[in-house]
Amino acid sequence: MIAELGLAVLWMAAALAVLQLVAGALALRPATAHLAGVVRPVAILQGVLVACAFAALVSLFLTTDLSVKLVAENSHSAKPFIFKLAGTWGNHEGSMLMWVTIMSLAGGFVALIEKRLREETLIATLAGQAFVSLGFYAFLLLASNPFTRLPEPAPEGAGLNPLLQDIGLAFHPPTLYVGYVGLSIAFSFAVGALVTRDVGPAFARAMRPWVLGAWIFLTLGITAGSYWAYYTLGWGGWWFWDPVENASLMPWLAATALLHSCSVLAARNALRTWTVMLGVVAFSMSMVGTFLVRSGILTSVHAFAVDPTRGTFILALLAIYIGGALLLFGLRANTVTEGARFAVLSRESALVFNNVMLCGILGIVLVGTLYPLLTEAMGVKVSVGPPYFNPVSAVFAIPMMLVMAVGPVLRWREDKGGRITWQVAVPALVSAAALLAVELLFAPINLLPALGLAIAPGLAVASVQPLVGRNLRRTPLPIYGMVLGHLGIAVALFGMASEGAFSTERLAAMNPGDSQQVGPFKVTLQDIGPVAGPNWTALEATVSASYAGGAGTVLHPQARTFANPPGNRTESALLTRWNGQLYAVLGEEGEDGRWQMRFWWKPFVPMIWYGGALVALGGLLALLGRVARDVRRLVAIDKIAFRRERQGR
Amino acid sequence: MRGLLLALLALFALTQPLAAQDMLPPAPYAYKQLADPRQEAKAQALMETLRCLKCQSQSIADSDAPMAGDMRHQVRTRIAAGEDPEAIRQWLIERYGDYVSYTPQVKPITWPLFAAPLLFLALAAFLLRGRFRRSKGA
Repeated sequence: MIAELGLAVLWMAAALAVLQLVAGALALRPATAHLAGVVRPVAILQGVLVACAFAALVSLFLTTDLSVKLVAENSHSAKPFIFKLAGTWGNHEGSMLMWVTIMSLAGGFVALIEKRLREETLIATLAGQAFVSLGFYAFLLLASNPFTRLPEPAPEGAGLNPLLQDIGLAFHPPTLYVGYVGLSIAFSFAVGALVTRDVGPAFARAMRPWVLGAWIFLTLGITAGSYWAYYTLGWGGWWFWDPVENASLMPWLAATALLHSCSVLAARNALRTWTVMLGVVAFSMSMVGTFLVRSGILTSVHAFAVDPTRGTFILALLAIYIGGALLLFGLRANTVTEGARFAVLSRESALVFNNVMLCGILGIVLVGTLYPLLTEAMGVKVSVGPPYFNPVSAVFAIPMMLVMAVGPVLRWREDKGGRITWQVAVPALVSAAALLAVELLFAPINLLPALGLAIAPGLAVASVQPLVGRNLRRTPLPIYGMVLGHLGIAVALFGMASEGAFSTERLAAMNPGDSQQVGPFKVTLQDIGPVAGPNWTALEATVSASYAGGAGTVLHPQARTFANPPGNRTESALLTRWNGQLYAVLGEEGEDGRWQMRFWWKPFVPMIWYGGALVALGGLLALLGRVARDVRRLVAIDKIAFRRERQGR
Repeated sequence: MRGLLLALLALFALTQPLAAQDMLPPAPYAYKQLADPRQEAKAQALMETLRCLKCQSQSIADSDAPMAGDMRHQVRTRIAAGEDPEAIRQWLIERYGDYVSYTPQVKPITWPLFAAPLLFLALAAFLLRGRFRRSKGA
């Protein structure tokens, strides 16, 4: 019953999306302008309905209704509650439904509160949003219905992949999806503004909170995903340039560029075309992030060819969205004037430079990810990995970080070099000193980690400079947001470089009682024994680790075995200190009865994720600052209207 | 209780579909480092750029797959015998194809990979030059 209800509601929501698109498009013509009144309520209702459909699916998963195909294929009655819940979106159909739910709720929210834009532009925005969500409805209803029943209820569910039964990964996809949806809303604003030829600061201010919000979630999603890979894959790697990782990195790069150019448009009414183009690119990348991963084409062209129906649908959707977006941009871009001008030495210029560099990195990642697919289709399998991505993206990333150190202290429109001598000299000296120290004390170190170790401290100093000489209590929140965001990049860069330069590895076959030296740690294997969890059993090692001769800390790395479905997973044990992490893994038992243990000492590696969290926190502060200002403005407008009304009486 | 759990674990281990080669003990240097830290660093650097053919996007330095273990053994013994890392890479490419190397080889089919960064640099220079030249006149 619940499944049928869910499906019916989903069809109704899709019908409303059609109405929203048609009424919105017609309302832009003078003859049928009266239809505009329909669009807002329809958008809100559509959001509510699709949320009901999603709630229906959640309840099917929570009660493990095994007569529903999706539940039987992806859940199991013995799974812990939290993974039953996460199972709702831990599969293809459920995640698509979640996507369209978040998107329609966001659309309803825009319809409910957005008052800064001209009404016409808003209606066009909502019509654009309906167009995007219609593709998802079509895909759900025609090619991946989550509510299909089985002819006979299954006796038991198939369960969830053990690698995914991890709290970090349970909430990783929704985080990224919120980010992608935010970018598609930003894109809808760009469509609205292009259609009504209304690209200006008001458009940028309406779009900015969505870009900021999307960017915060993408930052968190990527950071959490990287940490998840680090501790579950069991070999200490934290970024693999895997196509799926790249698919989440590309929207982030585009969103970062869009965020900055959006700020220029809002503050200075410059970079109009550029901002709209980045909106189109960011949306395209989020579609690539959602769909390319789902189509299975990223893993292998051949895996894709085995079941091409769904994949072809996905590629067609991708082509329609990206092609349509580019077409609209191509048709209307020449009607958008470039906006205010600025000098070579100005904050705008620094932002433009970094936007171009971000796009360069984006291009490299895109080519490196997709080109192997092309050669595979031509019959040659090649691999593109870290030895390609690291140095080539550094070519763009290093100049970008140097400019990023200077940009925030430059003035808008035009600046003079002499004014900022000190603000340039101090970070430059810090970086030079760091480079010298690295070369003298720790040589030989590879070029990229050495550069990272040198740039990071200078960038950290530079990123707090915008606060120097300010009244800290009166500094607006967005300034703090920028400072924290840039500082976070410096912190993460330091973590990455330090991990690359100073990690030590120790692989050892050990009997209980044996000791090994790993960097500054002495580790002793004390015991190995069995333990059991809710739906797994494991072998657990007891390892004591003492730092530089100090007292021992006990660690428990595990090798887990899952029953439903059968599978293994290493559960590494981490010991975090302020200056790094000890990483311990229990491997197999050897022929001679000794256990294969793996240890790494990774100095300052947690800074990678602390940095990511700082960046997201910076985004949050900026968002709070912007929203608070918007709310104050709305309240003021309401007050004035109220007063006028009373005077009128 | 403990005995029962161990018995259960053993049962799981037996019921799992394992390929025949997985039953063999791992090659000696799959999970053992070279004694000379310089040689080990060399081997490590090479292993990080070789793809584990049975995994999804992991290098042989990041994988528990038996095949990755065998390849680590190969790399370490060859480095210990004084072979040049690039020669080992070529030997592996001959055996497994270009797919095994994460460093793309310069070949007719891979030229766009190397042209792309240059193209992007040129494009970036063009965009920036256009913007700055126009803005000067303003």
